[in-house]
Amino acid sequence: MTEYQSADGPVTGYAPPRPSAVWISALRKVYGEGDAAVHALRGVDLDIPHGDYVAVMGASGSGKSTLMNIVGCLDVPSSGEYRLDGIAIADLDERQLSLVRNRKIGFVFQSFNLLARTTAFENVELPLVYGAVRGPQRRRRALAALHLVGLGDRVDHHPNQLSGGQQQRVAIARALVTAPSLVLADEPTGNLDTQSSSEVMSLFDRLNAAGRTIVLITHEEDIAAHAKRAVRLVDGLIVQDVRFAPVDGLPPRLATAGAGRPAAPSLALGPGA
Amino acid sequence: MRAREVFRFALRGLRANKLRSGLTTLGILIGVGAVILLIAVGQGSGAAVQARISSLGSNLLTVTRQAGGFGRAAATRTGTQSKVSNLTVADAQLLAASDQDPDVSVVAPVASTSATATFEGATTTINQIVGTYPAYLPISNDTVAAGSSFTDEDVNRHRKVVVIGQTVVTNLFGTIDPIGRTIQLGGVPYTVVGTLAAKGGGNTFNDPDNVALAPLTTVQDSLTGFGSLSEIAVQARDANSANAAQAEVTSLMLEAHHVTAASEDFSVTNEATLLSTAASTTQTFTVLLAAVAAISLLVGGIGVTNIMLVTVTERTREIGIRKALGAPRGAILGQFLIEAVLLSVVGGALGVVAGVAGSRFTVDGIKPVLVPSSILLAFGVSAVIGLVFGSLPANRAAKLHPIEALRHE
Repeated sequence: MTEYQSADGPVTGYAPPRPSAVWISALRKVYGEGDAAVHALRGVDLDIPHGDYVAVMGASGSGKSTLMNIVGCLDVPSSGEYRLDGIAIADLDERQLSLVRNRKIGFVFQSFNLLARTTAFENVELPLVYGAVRGPQRRRRALAALHLVGLGDRVDHHPNQLSGGQQQRVAIARALVTAPSLVLADEPTGNLDTQSSSEVMSLFDRLNAAGRTIVLITHEEDIAAHAKRAVRLVDGLIVQDVRFAPVDGLPPRLATAGAGRPAAPSLALGPGA
Repeated sequence: MRAREVFRFALRGLRANKLRSGLTTLGILIGVGAVILLIAVGQGSGAAVQARISSLGSNLLTVTRQAGGFGRAAATRTGTQSKVSNLTVADAQLLAASDQDPDVSVVAPVASTSATATFEGATTTINQIVGTYPAYLPISNDTVAAGSSFTDEDVNRHRKVVVIGQTVVTNLFGTIDPIGRTIQLGGVPYTVVGTLAAKGGGNTFNDPDNVALAPLTTVQDSLTGFGSLSEIAVQARDANSANAAQAEVTSLMLEAHHVTAASEDFSVTNEATLLSTAASTTQTFTVLLAAVAAISLLVGGIGVTNIMLVTVTERTREIGIRKALGAPRGAILGQFLIEAVLLSVVGGALGVVAGVAGSRFTVDGIKPVLVPSSILLAFGVSAVIGLVFGSLPANRAAKLHPIEALRHE
């Protein structure tokens, strides 16, 4: 199933070229038909290599949520091509799609979307349950993810016993626990105060520094400034694509915060990117 | 994804709304309990009829007078023919002596009445005072528990002796030994010579033990007078020959009374036939009860569907989250299906307990008899109901589109 679609750039060593995390070509999405048709995406091309940290920006109605849903394999495009980690998503049936969502993508939502009356540990464990990871390994990985986001001491707390920032960190742990190719965050700080926002963003920075590919949907400039690259959508088209930092470097905030990679080595989690 | 985990999610879903789950379970509980209990009651009343068949003797025939005032035959009679013939001791002797009724083994003439009995201030009403011959005892399946029966000699000599049933013993004597005591029957003193073994199986209005047996002659002397006999009790050789005996008795009686079948002035009742009719009536009764109970089980099943639909709507967002995290359709389907089946199976199990417990009590004089297959059936049906009635909401959950589910507030 894996296809290597892109080999541009010099190939170093003996490693085969790794496909981009996200590769989108001429993507269109139309809701409705005829006169009532709404063109949410009008032909989007986007290539996000592994290790990149992209902020997708735009006003409401610009199509960024539609893009996010398609990238997250929650929706299918009307036309165009989308490859996630080299996999052509259009060819997958529903069962394979749920497998891709489980293994390749980690979602972080604006409203956290933790299961109520379910402990932090069980929430984080959930993707592993659906991924058929068993017993001790599942427990170890879920605990590791919670420690990673600094909530090792809140394992048995229910969402209503946690602050907004803590809930979002549980959600991030849940997104990371399967070691996905792509972490997809939709307005992750939209429901948080400034203090919690900066905690969550610095967590994303450190995750990216550790090699995790992150796509961040936001409409706030100062949140987008954490990313290595900002893509601006207007009326379903990409009008601006700015890079702030190289793909294989540190995210801008960590790079300017000083030399070295603070806390980054401790962020290695599980197999995968 | 493992079945055990999906089961755990389902259990958590049910626990999240205990009252609602409890009430839904109650619907199934009542349905299953009603099926088991009502079938047991129907079966119990059937068993009571069976018991009465054996206590009466299934080979018992009764010859009674056909009252002239009704029936097709009576309506066509004119003039002197409208006179209703009496049943006489001679008829009984004919039936006993004739060699044209090989299937008849024993015959006893019966004159019966009811009267008040007193003993030293204690008073009771005996429903059935039976004046007859000693041969009546085997016909009616009566056995003497203490003392002795009266004899043919007692009949011939018009002796005022009586054999009393257990209810009479209790009502008149309490703990005193009744043998040899004298009681007043309708103001006439009778000496108690024996008591009958209890038959049981009756109720207040039809107590087979509220009985007194005395010589026919004595009862006619002092209580009923010398008119017609109440009936002639006939015992066929065995249960299988009851129908043949009925035909033979009928033909002999027609001859003796000089009447044709059209103008019959008597009727021969086959006790076994009567009771098998009663048995089929209770069968119908059982089916009817079971049908009512089945409807309540169905209503319980609809309750499961209803509550699961509410649950799926309420938890749309949860379903969206699970799908976004990679839950395959089967896992969602399984989770909600297991929730529905758990509701109905737990309700079914509790219903079995309730039904079994309820059937230990006597319901309206009937001792319910549990039918094991009804327990299995009711429990099985409750599980199937969970599957069938749960599949609609579970399917709806599994088919939810993740984006719409996530947007759901």
